Amino acid sequence: MSVVETLPAGGAPALDITGTAVELIDVVKTYAGHQALAGVKLRVEPGEFVALLGPSGCGKTTALRALSGLEQIDAGRILIDGRDVARVPVNKRDIGMVFQSYSLFPHMTALQNVEFGLRMRRVDAATRRSRAAEALELVGLGHLSGRYAHQLSGGQQQRVALARALVTRPRVLLLDEPLSALDAKVRVSLRDEIRRIQKDLGITTLFVTHDQEEALAVADRVAVMNAGDIEQIGTPEELYLNPRTPFVADFVGLSNKLDGTIAGGVVTVYGQPLNVLGEAPAQGPVTVFVRPEDIALTDAGLPATVVSTSFLGSLRRTFVRLNDDTIVAVQHDVADKPQPGDAVGLRFKGRPVAVAPAASSRSLTGSQLA
Amino acid sequence: MSGRIGPRAVRVGATPSRATSTVILVLAAAGFLYPLYALFRFAFWPTAQTHGFTLQHLERLTDPGQAYMYTQLFEGIRNSLVIAIVTVVLMIVFLLPAMILAELRYRRLRQVIEFVCLLPISIPTVVLAVGFVPVYQQIWHITGSVAWVLAFAIGIIVLPYAYRPIQSNMSGLDLVTLSEASRSLGAGWLQTVWSVVLPNLRGGILSSALITVSVVLGEYTVASFLTQNTFQTALALLQHADPYVAATFALGALLLIFLILVLIGAVGSVSRHKRKAS
Repeated sequence: MSVVETLPAGGAPALDITGTAVELIDVVKTYAGHQALAGVKLRVEPGEFVALLGPSGCGKTTALRALSGLEQIDAGRILIDGRDVARVPVNKRDIGMVFQSYSLFPHMTALQNVEFGLRMRRVDAATRRSRAAEALELVGLGHLSGRYAHQLSGGQQQRVALARALVTRPRVLLLDEPLSALDAKVRVSLRDEIRRIQKDLGITTLFVTHDQEEALAVADRVAVMNAGDIEQIGTPEELYLNPRTPFVADFVGLSNKLDGTIAGGVVTVYGQPLNVLGEAPAQGPVTVFVRPEDIALTDAGLPATVVSTSFLGSLRRTFVRLNDDTIVAVQHDVADKPQPGDAVGLRFKGRPVAVAPAASSRSLTGSQLA
Repeated sequence: MSGRIGPRAVRVGATPSRATSTVILVLAAAGFLYPLYALFRFAFWPTAQTHGFTLQHLERLTDPGQAYMYTQLFEGIRNSLVIAIVTVVLMIVFLLPAMILAELRYRRLRQVIEFVCLLPISIPTVVLAVGFVPVYQQIWHITGSVAWVLAFAIGIIVLPYAYRPIQSNMSGLDLVTLSEASRSLGAGWLQTVWSVVLPNLRGGILSSALITVSVVLGEYTVASFLTQNTFQTALALLQHADPYVAATFALGALLLIFLILVLIGAVGSVSRHKRKAS
């Protein structure tokens, strides 16, 4: 039986969408011996906006493509509205998808692109045209309906792609890094627009990104993926303030990785006791993840020397070197302007920290310093 | 070391001056055009009795008494056109679907297809033609000695020229993403190929077809070895009986192929313009 339903010929507004629950249950996908998805479990509630966040190769795009039907899974179940669609081909799943690379059909105008999905569903020409025009208005491009892809900017092309994905009233909207090819300013504005449209329509949305700022800014919940599985899923605040694994603590936001010793649920870092978040080893040496904003620059405290300082608009980030050569990032008020070479003191503010069994590396990585 | 190039230093690979370019262009043009001019003079300034341009030798084409001399030529032209059409159809029916399938579904096969398609260019046509002889002896047992069957042999010779424009067109598009977008919007595979892939490959397919026609019209070796009457073999025979008319038709063929090349260039420049704009 076909899942895709022919749209009614008229009457209802073009984009009258209601959210649908989506669930991945123990989904496994293997490529030539490499397990891209290692039993992923994820439930997205109707109308929810969930971001899949993780480093390259963690399986986030594979998970999205498995949900869309563009990749066949090796094991597990994929439920849309309670129905297992794991064996349903992509063109019958009733999903809308926006791709990372520009995917407008070059031989069609913006309007014809948006009409395409309706044409495949055999909607009559007049209804097709009015719905496509309405969808283009929704993304603010009604006035450019006659333009071809090569006559549109990158941001405009992705807006048309969004209208094209939404006009068929899909049950789920899948966004595969749709902003990554755009420049920073357009990315932020389109990101906010996607969120506004998603909220207005109440459509269940999965958004793949490797940009944590993007994920934290727009998603109701963020699923952090690592090595083919979801490490933690939660609201942006939960992930940032209460990371349950060292990977999440390290990946989400900037963290200083410092040596510490744990005993009785309290970790000691450079002589200062701090409470521990989540699970932790019972005792022994550990790596402690301390956010830059959880450290203060003082006149007294742990002695350090300023290495560099950067103005970041509403705040300033300063890198200091401890006596044991550990580099530590500290976030503070822009009014404080330490100079390289200045002797300063560090004080941990006492917020709970995430810990992991002791690793060989200490302090910030080179890329973080850059 | 930061070396400086003096005002009189000549850099290897530098753009030649306008004067040098002009000299090279004139010499090259003379090399190409002088034989054509000689052919034109031979065909249209033919005798000591006539002065200037004349079409007197072409009048023989309409003379019923001498029609027997030209029957084979017209049959050869007809055969060549039929072979050209069949070859283009073969390219569209076999090569194009294979390339699309390899691009969209079996990407590891792309290099195999490229190797197979470019292989004929590295084998001398004479060698290929000799190889075709025993094969065609068997084929003609079944089909009889008909010219259009040559399209299978010429199709192999044409492969590199037919392959390249389509491949070049494909490489300028992200066909995988376009087809995934199409399928995510509800289109099946056939609808995707018909509505999305083929319209975007129109330029490449047209160039491929035109270049196939021009190669078929100029093909002599295979037809000669397989003793078939085509435009080129008929022209070779006719030049012994009536070199003036043969020269006229050779010029006509050159003009046609030149027009085809101009058309290919126009198609290519439109595609490039579109790609550049996007």
